[in-house]
Amino acid sequence: MAALTSLTLAEASKGLADGEFSAVELTQAHIGALEKARELNAFITETPELALEQARASDERRKQGNVVGPMDGIPIANKDLFCTEGVLTTAASHILDGFKPTYESTVSEKLKSAGSVMLGKTNLDEFAMGSATVTSYYGPTKNPWRGKSDKDLVPGGSSGGSAAAVAAGLCLGATGTDTGGSIRQPASFCGIVGMKPTYGRCSRWGVIAFASSLDQPGPFTRTVSDTAMMLQIMAGHDPKDSTSAPFALPDFAAALTGDIRGMKIGIPKEYRIDGMPDAIEKLWQQGIDWVKDAGADIVDVSLPLTKYALPVYYIIAPAEASSNLARYDGVRYGLRVDGDSLDEMYENTRGEGFGEEVRRRVLIGTYALSAGYYDAYYLKAQQVRKLISEEFSKVFETVDALLTPTAPSAAFAIGEKMDDPIAMYLNDVFTVPSSLAGLPGISVPAGLDENGLPLGMQIIGKAFDEESVLRVAGVMERQANFTAKPEFSAGEAS
Amino acid sequence: MSYLIQGETGDWEVILGLEVHAQVVSNAKLFSGAPTTFGAEPNNNVSLVDSAMPGMLPVINEKCIEQAVRTGLGLKAKINLRSVFDRKNYFYADLPQGYQISQFKNPIVGEGAVILDLPDGSTRTVGIERLHLEQDAGKSIHDQDPKRSFIDLNRSGVALMEIVSMPDMRSPEDAGAYVRKLRSILRYLGTCDGNMEEGSMRADVNVSVRPVGETELRTRAEIKNVNSVRFVMQAIEYEARRQVEVYESGGEVVQETRLFDSVKGETRSMRSKEFAHDYRYFPDPDLLPIEFSQEYVDQIKETLPELPDDKKERFMSDFALSAYDAGVLVAEKETADYFEAVAQGRDAKTAANWVITNLFAVLNAKGVGIAESPVSSDSLGQLLDLMADNTISGRIAKDVFEIMVESGDDPGKIVKDKGLEQITDTGEIEGVIDQIIADNPKQVEQFKGGNEKIAGWFVGQAMKATGGKANPQAVNEILKKKLSS
Repeated sequence: MAALTSLTLAEASKGLADGEFSAVELTQAHIGALEKARELNAFITETPELALEQARASDERRKQGNVVGPMDGIPIANKDLFCTEGVLTTAASHILDGFKPTYESTVSEKLKSAGSVMLGKTNLDEFAMGSATVTSYYGPTKNPWRGKSDKDLVPGGSSGGSAAAVAAGLCLGATGTDTGGSIRQPASFCGIVGMKPTYGRCSRWGVIAFASSLDQPGPFTRTVSDTAMMLQIMAGHDPKDSTSAPFALPDFAAALTGDIRGMKIGIPKEYRIDGMPDAIEKLWQQGIDWVKDAGADIVDVSLPLTKYALPVYYIIAPAEASSNLARYDGVRYGLRVDGDSLDEMYENTRGEGFGEEVRRRVLIGTYALSAGYYDAYYLKAQQVRKLISEEFSKVFETVDALLTPTAPSAAFAIGEKMDDPIAMYLNDVFTVPSSLAGLPGISVPAGLDENGLPLGMQIIGKAFDEESVLRVAGVMERQANFTAKPEFSAGEAS
Repeated sequence: MSYLIQGETGDWEVILGLEVHAQVVSNAKLFSGAPTTFGAEPNNNVSLVDSAMPGMLPVINEKCIEQAVRTGLGLKAKINLRSVFDRKNYFYADLPQGYQISQFKNPIVGEGAVILDLPDGSTRTVGIERLHLEQDAGKSIHDQDPKRSFIDLNRSGVALMEIVSMPDMRSPEDAGAYVRKLRSILRYLGTCDGNMEEGSMRADVNVSVRPVGETELRTRAEIKNVNSVRFVMQAIEYEARRQVEVYESGGEVVQETRLFDSVKGETRSMRSKEFAHDYRYFPDPDLLPIEFSQEYVDQIKETLPELPDDKKERFMSDFALSAYDAGVLVAEKETADYFEAVAQGRDAKTAANWVITNLFAVLNAKGVGIAESPVSSDSLGQLLDLMADNTISGRIAKDVFEIMVESGDDPGKIVKDKGLEQITDTGEIEGVIDQIIADNPKQVEQFKGGNEKIAGWFVGQAMKATGGKANPQAVNEILKKKLSS
């Protein structure tokens, strides 16, 4: 039998069902891995006792014949942006010091009710603002992949802790949130599968807001079918989130037919950007060949507004963030740094509580919404956003999905690009456009670059057509047959 | 009878516009399920959304949407089938989110009108610019501790309608009449209880002045949060006079927010324009635009009650009441209902007089509303019936009414118990009059000598002799006959 920490979610589910091991054994193996992997700093908070308690309850349910579903007894982790009842929730920010919610986010509650076991809360960029998990108050997370590099690499971000944890075998699946690429890009950097569903598919209730019109929870797993299984549980209409879509859920696993014959896959030429590494260029062509071999029709398409996506995103996201983060004022919870007046208390608290990147974005967003600038920035950005969305819709009249690289580079060293926010923001150049349009996207590990670092391919679909995205992703996964393992693995030897 | 301020340089006109904040009658807040009950212990009516806990999201309370539409219809206003909630961003300790969810560019209700009933019976139309929905903030309490302030979030998130008038008012009386009329309409509609002392209705008053004849509007000052009709009027009087003095002493009025100090009766600067907030309005991405169909609006329209203006019209045409009487009777729905119950099948003019004169006097004296009236509409109706069928005279009726107020007994019983029935038996009255004539030959002489005024004295004697119970008409007729014979 393979090591418990290197199983896929589906294999673990079957093992539990077949009685090969108990949820407690499975959980203990992962707690062991967690302890050995502390150097990765993938977790802000570990909850081993809670996990074991949940695992014991799962085993008890199984004994009684009351298993609640395929994820009953499966150890997972939650990005520390999901509020978890009674468990420290930080958004990786100093300003939420000591904050233990009295409530559970809808998505984590759904996973909890499905019997899954929570191992802890994973690291992220502060308030999900970043592409490398380096802006966390709790320090950077290391990518378990190192390749030929002699330096520690970033896992991508903002959901870098979740991606690193799944890649290193610390959990079988993890939640993330994606605002401009925060699930897909770290999945690519860490050689795993990460999916951002359609905006509105998963509830945002109880997820600490970064940019409300873009934020969307989604899963990280090691296989596409595991993603389908986990998404099935996380998704669904939530009346507590007005932007949650009131649609019935399709059977995501059933979409994985392995058959994409006759499907039309679009290749947007604007994603062929200057300075893109050869390895990515080659892998993209390889990916095109793979889906072609599997019987799909390749269609060259054009999305000319793509170049405006990043500037638009970096107005809208900070604008919303500047308002969303106003509630962290030291009055009711988290950090308070006293001052001689209310204004001084605000200044002290927010000055000390927020890190540099968060302060930068709050400033940008405040500026973009200011009187006299609103029309030129925020309003204009919203207008372009609408056009980008329409441009996608038009392309989707002729194709079923788009295939692009997930990110313009492989993982880079911790500390790189830190002094150049624009270079950092470019990480999201391929993921931001579909985020602005609210479309579903997935990153599937497809190969290694010349330094032995994983690269992902992104599949983008029509709104609420996660099924096509998953179907193409499943075929891509099969064709790529990506079996490489990260250099760091805390799991038991197999 | 226009209101002008006599300055040293001439007469000044006052231009007034009001923004009234009216708390929506609803069980729950605008975006959370927390209750809205008045007088709860501090921080008891607070949900996770109202306290802006991380990750919490607003969900529109549809009842509040319905109430806003209902109010818009009552103000004969344009209902916008699509409207948008925006965030108004500013920091304050009792504003947990750091922004207020309001409606900025696309309010739920557009232009409408309110008709003022002025004391002289005339009317004046004040335009409504818009009505929008917004959340209330919490309350900061500064007097509990020398160094710290306390925050009560019970009001945080409570639904308010901000009703913005056009600058159509020209006197403190106009403004007073406007607030009263608006309150009356809202109460009729059941969309706001109008209790200004509980803070469920408060007004921001925009005041500017200009020399008579000038057509441009001058800079206005906004007096915030005035919480009674009387204070609205006092604040305007003070502020208008202050502005005239500023101009006449060579100064300029600055655009600013002012506060009305009801103890000193003056307004004070709170915040000038340079320190005005930049609210950074933008559409709230947590909420979808509010969209509904014309059918939805029509359905609500069908449930509207008869509103004061229509009722007033009807009272004037059906009951032949004066504009003034009708206006007074319809101001409160309870009064109008009371009056109609009394007037039903009776002489409406008499009913109106009794309600406005006698009943109101009692209510004012006791300081109670018509709902707590010691005399029910039924009892008052019975009293009017006793007058109509000549069981008692009008004079006796007033005595009976006083007893009704004190005892709560019905008038029939009082009349019977005290033997107050009118004497209509002409034989009995003749006997009394014969006796009076016999006893007072001197007065009979005077009458016969041409002093007809003395007839009144005889009537008085007759009434006195019968304890006021004689039918005055019968007394008159018999006296005339006997004296002339």
